[in-house]
Amino acid sequence: MAGTLEFSPDDRYNAFITTCRQAPFSDGALAGTAVAVKDNISTKGIQTTCASKILEGYVPPYDAYVVELLRQAGAAIVGKTNMDEFGMGTTTETSAFGPTQNPADPSRVPGGSSGGSAAAVAAGLVPMALGTDTGGSIRCPAAFCGIVGLKPTYGRVSRYGLIAYANSLEQIGPMAQTVEDVSKLMSVIARYDPRDSTMIDRPYDHRPSAEIKGLRVGIPEEYFGEGVDPRVAESVRDAVGILEGLGAETVPVSIPGMRHALAAYYVICTSEASSNLARFDGVRYGPAVDTRKSWHEAYQDLRQELFGAEVRRRIMLGTFALSAGYAGKYYAKAQIARRNIREDFERAFCDADVIAGPTMPTTAFRLGERSDPISMYLSDILTAPANLAGIPAISVPCSTVDGLPVGLQIMGRQFEDERVVDAAFAYEQEVRA
Amino acid sequence: MKTIVGLEIHVQLSTATKLFCGCSTDYRDDEPNTHCCPVCLALPGALPRLNKRAVEYGLRVAKALDMKVLEESEFARKNYFYPDLPKAYQITQYDKPLAVEGTVEIEDDEGHEKIVRITRVHLEEDPGRLVHVAGGSKYSLVDYNRSGIPLLEIVTEPDMRSPQEARRFLNKLRTVLEYLGVFDGEREGGLRVDANISLEGSERVEVKNISSYKGVEKALTFEVTRQKNLLRRGQRVTRETRHFMEGRGITTSSRSKEEEHDYRYFPEPDLRPLRVADWVAAIDLPELPTARKNRFMTQYGISLNHARTLTGDPKLADFYEAVAHVDPVLAATWVADTLLGELNYRDMGIAAVPVERIAELLALLRSETITDTAGVQVLREMLDTCAAGKPCEPPAMIVEREGLARATGDEFTQVVEKVIAANPHAVEDYRAGKKGALNFLVGQVMKETRGRADPRELGKIVSEYIDTGGV
Amino acid sequence: MITESDIEHIAELADIGISKDEVPEFTTQFNAILDYFEVLDTVEGESAPDAGIVNVFRDDEPRPCLSQEKTLENAGSTENGFIKAPRVM
Repeated sequence: MAGTLEFSPDDRYNAFITTCRQAPFSDGALAGTAVAVKDNISTKGIQTTCASKILEGYVPPYDAYVVELLRQAGAAIVGKTNMDEFGMGTTTETSAFGPTQNPADPSRVPGGSSGGSAAAVAAGLVPMALGTDTGGSIRCPAAFCGIVGLKPTYGRVSRYGLIAYANSLEQIGPMAQTVEDVSKLMSVIARYDPRDSTMIDRPYDHRPSAEIKGLRVGIPEEYFGEGVDPRVAESVRDAVGILEGLGAETVPVSIPGMRHALAAYYVICTSEASSNLARFDGVRYGPAVDTRKSWHEAYQDLRQELFGAEVRRRIMLGTFALSAGYAGKYYAKAQIARRNIREDFERAFCDADVIAGPTMPTTAFRLGERSDPISMYLSDILTAPANLAGIPAISVPCSTVDGLPVGLQIMGRQFEDERVVDAAFAYEQEVRA
Repeated sequence: MKTIVGLEIHVQLSTATKLFCGCSTDYRDDEPNTHCCPVCLALPGALPRLNKRAVEYGLRVAKALDMKVLEESEFARKNYFYPDLPKAYQITQYDKPLAVEGTVEIEDDEGHEKIVRITRVHLEEDPGRLVHVAGGSKYSLVDYNRSGIPLLEIVTEPDMRSPQEARRFLNKLRTVLEYLGVFDGEREGGLRVDANISLEGSERVEVKNISSYKGVEKALTFEVTRQKNLLRRGQRVTRETRHFMEGRGITTSSRSKEEEHDYRYFPEPDLRPLRVADWVAAIDLPELPTARKNRFMTQYGISLNHARTLTGDPKLADFYEAVAHVDPVLAATWVADTLLGELNYRDMGIAAVPVERIAELLALLRSETITDTAGVQVLREMLDTCAAGKPCEPPAMIVEREGLARATGDEFTQVVEKVIAANPHAVEDYRAGKKGALNFLVGQVMKETRGRADPRELGKIVSEYIDTGGV
Repeated sequence: MITESDIEHIAELADIGISKDEVPEFTTQFNAILDYFEVLDTVEGESAPDAGIVNVFRDDEPRPCLSQEKTLENAGSTENGFIKAPRVM
């Protein structure tokens, strides 16, 4: 079975940057399935922009490994989804191609940065999509839009072809309406790729199981405290109660390093970003630099004009955090904080098999609501720790607050993606039954 | 006033592929931008993959220079903008280099052995190549074929005391690298040097961009003179970076902005650390120049000078060893003095010379079938043939064809008689005690026999002939 | 405290243009963010080597390169097989 999928969606939420009206597909596990790909994942022959003007018109001459795998599995790649510019945001509002709206409530943001992928799935335009998660960018929009999203263990999915924002933190991951589809997409993309030196050869071959009797679920106090909307906390506690009803037992755990997590996360991601985004100079790709100007002036003008404000702010923050005289205070301290957090999780996972909490401290914001950087950054507090620790984390919908979706987040030990999928599956099966 | 020199040498390692991607390094004479891939072009999303052989080559050098290989080393990003640097950072090694603390033995200016300490060696990638368009164009052209070529940076302590010592150090280092088979000496720009030079008590100047090892002595000599002149005039030497203009043999001040660089190093998150210290024990080093030089002296009984020259290039040393069986001392003289001189004159490499033919030539010389003078003629003819790309005749055939065999017996006597008869004045002068007259007569015989006679032997025969009035 | 001239210096290091009227806002935002980062001063512990996999290599075997055409395809401006860049003085 092979052919072409006609794809002409009613993209009323601005979920896509590029759509492929005639998407070829072939035989395989995903034969003929429409899959949307976040626009920071390279697709050979299809424009890949990272939602930035600086990459407008860039057509990669190669496929990211996950895209190669999708094609091999027979999927039809139907489009490239909207996102925060270079993944730098929690709302998909920093896209150079306009914000995406939340299908659950179009006056609200879909979350970010993989907001386009989440909205495309939530609106039923595609059954599955790929997102990327640097500090919560899969789980946040999954929670805000009421779908399922998995951030895999660091090193489990190849980053080859993912346009880097923060290399040491990010992973590509699956997003879908159901845990089963997330698991199915994960088993396609989690294959060893020697081109990503940070990978470990642990392919994911798993069918979700709802059997969680005896599963020890860690409840970290830090995930239910200050800054978390009490109604969100309440609905997540209810969800944990359902897990208990299925035979899981809860244990209190603590991640004391959480108080440093967000600062450490922002120092690390902006530092890496400042270096990663330095290559965008209009020479080899993207809108052309003005070669009549002197080179510093030419680069500065191009980068001022074509990068959005948040991207420029993060590049400058990272530049500062690495600069002479400050690297010890910021970058080096952030690395220590990161290791402390990783060790906190390791300790917690001695007592618990998975850790559960809310994905986001609140429900989806109104469009334009979070305009100052700090208040936006603070909303990553519950998701960024899993990226710092490199552990798998899934967001699965659990009830609503004021009609807006709330996400239950389940984190697991490194390379125990299967276990978090099972826990999420058990919950989903129970509440959907 | 003591001169203090330290060097940073960038060596292109002779791997088949680039440091972080599978693009071939053999781009000589190829079109621009034909040895590129997403990785070395810094296309968005591409990831580096470390070439194992580059690490092995680095370790070979570390072992040869007696260095300490770090338990853990890692790559770091050196962030700066320059149009030849596609990622706007160079993947290099910063605070965890491959190896530290080594030594190289050289001769100082008095001919004594001295040690130059090596601070560190580390791996890094070469940037692309900028071509400046002539005619006042406002833009540059970039070729990324060189982007990602593996470099080994070797940093010395400031242990050299003159431009000559620096040259000798580089010669020695280059020889070691060639012995190790990690470096192709014939590759243009394969070895590039930044030199730090100061006069004791004065500020240090960094001279960048010296792209040949011969240029280093020139650049440093220029700097010593320039700095001494400044001090003589009561001025101070400014701490700065200067560029060497190879063509003009001078250094010029570069904009001071370069010294304000803030490279914002941090560990390369796309690569994993190296733990390779325990690989060193298994590395089998070839015999290195110093050991080989010593062996040549004891095994072949040749002079220090010949041994040093012959071992200065591994290919030359191999060549010598292949012909030494004929007569080691004779072979040393002919290879180190005559052959090398003739090759330099023709700008030829030793690789183009057929070993067997030279061995045959040496055998002719050893058996006194031909004289040294005739030997040089035969050698020249052989080399000219090789240079023209034609098969080289056996030397015996050249001797035969050209009639270059040593003159003996009647032929010899006839020529002597003829010359004496034709130059009565010179004979008179000789009899009157003018020794120069004998040289003239011998020269005439040599000319007549086209070098086929041995001049020393000839002198004896001519004088005897005149003294005794006949044969 | 980060001053407006610090902001201009950082922009220069990052090779990002910043207009005069953006500087005050960037400065205010930077200081708010850096205030938040102050919490890192309370981080305890020593830096330690990165745990995890080591020695990840590729064999020194040539692989196909992109064609010159593909290499130049996305470049804004090319000349005789070269890619044009601003001139370095």
